[in-house]
Amino acid sequence: MHQVFKRPVSLKDVQTHFCPGCHHGTIHRLVAEALDEFGLQQETIGIASIGCSVFLYYYFDIDVIETPHGRAPAVATGVKRARPDRFVFTYQGDGDLAAIGTAEIIHAANRGEHISVVFVNNTTYGMTGGQMAPTTLLGQRTSTSPTGRKPEVEGFPIRMAELLSGLDGVAFSARAAVNTPKNLMDAKKQIKKAFRYQGEGKGFSFVEVLAACPTNWGMNAIEANERVGREMCEYFKLGTFKNTAGL
Amino acid sequence: MAKRLLVRGNEAICRGAIEAGCRYYFGYPITPQNDIPEYMSREMPNVNGVFIQAESEIASVNMVMGAAATGARAMTSSSSPGISLKMEAISYMAGMELPCLIVNISRSGPGLGGIDASQGDYFQAVKGGGHGGYHILVLAPASIQEMYDLTMLAFDLAEIYRIPAMILGDAVVGQMKEPLVPHPRPDRELPAKDWALRGKSGGEQRYIKSLYLGDGELEAHNWKLYAKYQEMKAKESRWEDFLTSDADLIVTGFGSAARIAKTAVMMAREEGLKVGLLRPITLFPFPSAAFAERTLRCKKILDVELNTGQMVEDVRLSVARDAEVHFYGRPSGTGSLPTPEEILGQIKKYY
Repeated sequence: MHQVFKRPVSLKDVQTHFCPGCHHGTIHRLVAEALDEFGLQQETIGIASIGCSVFLYYYFDIDVIETPHGRAPAVATGVKRARPDRFVFTYQGDGDLAAIGTAEIIHAANRGEHISVVFVNNTTYGMTGGQMAPTTLLGQRTSTSPTGRKPEVEGFPIRMAELLSGLDGVAFSARAAVNTPKNLMDAKKQIKKAFRYQGEGKGFSFVEVLAACPTNWGMNAIEANERVGREMCEYFKLGTFKNTAGL
Repeated sequence: MAKRLLVRGNEAICRGAIEAGCRYYFGYPITPQNDIPEYMSREMPNVNGVFIQAESEIASVNMVMGAAATGARAMTSSSSPGISLKMEAISYMAGMELPCLIVNISRSGPGLGGIDASQGDYFQAVKGGGHGGYHILVLAPASIQEMYDLTMLAFDLAEIYRIPAMILGDAVVGQMKEPLVPHPRPDRELPAKDWALRGKSGGEQRYIKSLYLGDGELEAHNWKLYAKYQEMKAKESRWEDFLTSDADLIVTGFGSAARIAKTAVMMAREEGLKVGLLRPITLFPFPSAAFAERTLRCKKILDVELNTGQMVEDVRLSVARDAEVHFYGRPSGTGSLPTPEEILGQIKKYY
């Protein structure tokens, strides 16, 4: 019998701690499928960050190091420089990458480190209970912007994929979403492209994935999914911002 | 006769590190240790090594974390304010049990302070300068030869105990030149790195972390670390003993202060005073037993430091109950380095 659907071998058969409707599980799966399809499981070192993404090692059946908040790209630099023959990716949220780790991501990108970055943007700090993130949309209420984010007080949501694409060290930068089957298929293609960049030695690659956080948005899973399409895709445009090798 | 070189302390550290097999250096410029990144940027490419000048002290020590996680010998260096910035990652690496080397060619503080030789970072180095309650191995060289030798030792002990190691120096031992006799790394049996990340490569998954949320997990982890510190204390405490066997007063101090004190001790001996020097070489583990043993007979200790009194707390905890511990300190700044004559005066005061 031909099997059409199965758990990726890079993903463990365990229950996750993610909330119902959270997109981390979906994005984990896409990353694991990409690792499987390129045959990378046995040679990958994953770099976990702080936030809901911290448990990478419980869910992925790959070698992993857990890093201090925001420092994943620096740790990835050390890993990749010491083991250039290994496949190295970071998996970071928006608080981790776009706030406390801004310096590390910009400079790892600017050095053109041969690593791949999966950046999960859900416009909030998920694990700590829904505080304002650098990606929080204008007007969005969070536990630390209770009346909504105001540009004159808190500034504007950061578009990381576009910002990084302006650096000469970046070979590939794209933004995807997993809120619809079509977007999900596109997200997988973008993740695979990013991984190909590293696999083929073509430089630093970055994929931002828009994600839902129903718990901290105060929505059910369906409403949260709809918000990704309605509000987030409006401000954070999906697409490829840099593709130097034309993959 | 072995070849002798005339080099600065900072260069001796670099030579010792490369001889010890370190091929990964990550750093950031700060005075008075810039000779280290400058030397490494020049020499690492010649040994197929990696040098990166990072965007920050924080990034550089996290690069060390990454390289160390693969089992490679990796190091960073900085000076006091830069070391403060590295403390987050040092705490993580203590929790992760990652061997690596951090060099602190310390300067005076607090804050921006100054660039003079200082021992104001003793507490930060030995008491766990970051959060969470931990220790790292801390070695305090007092000569250029020791800068070289202790750097090699630091890498070995770091691997044996799976612990970050620190060389705690200052501008005196970092910037002065002395003869150095280079030599190969002494043979020492080292444990297999069965924890190092390598991509599964057909084996079991490996992961390195410091987060423990399960019932009782973190407590057990901390007791394991504690047991390691106790073992280090028993096996790895190191000190220099100079004329203490008949001494009526023992001077103590570490690093550059101990050098000045040693000259004062020799001056005292010339005047017929029975004075010796006990110099801790490992600051963590602190050589408590050496103090306890010597103060069974000699009841007077004079501790000299380039601060207002830090190591003296460990000295007081270590000596025999009826021993007197006196302290002479000069918190550092321009013109604040004590002279041997000044310390001789203190010796005579308490002798």
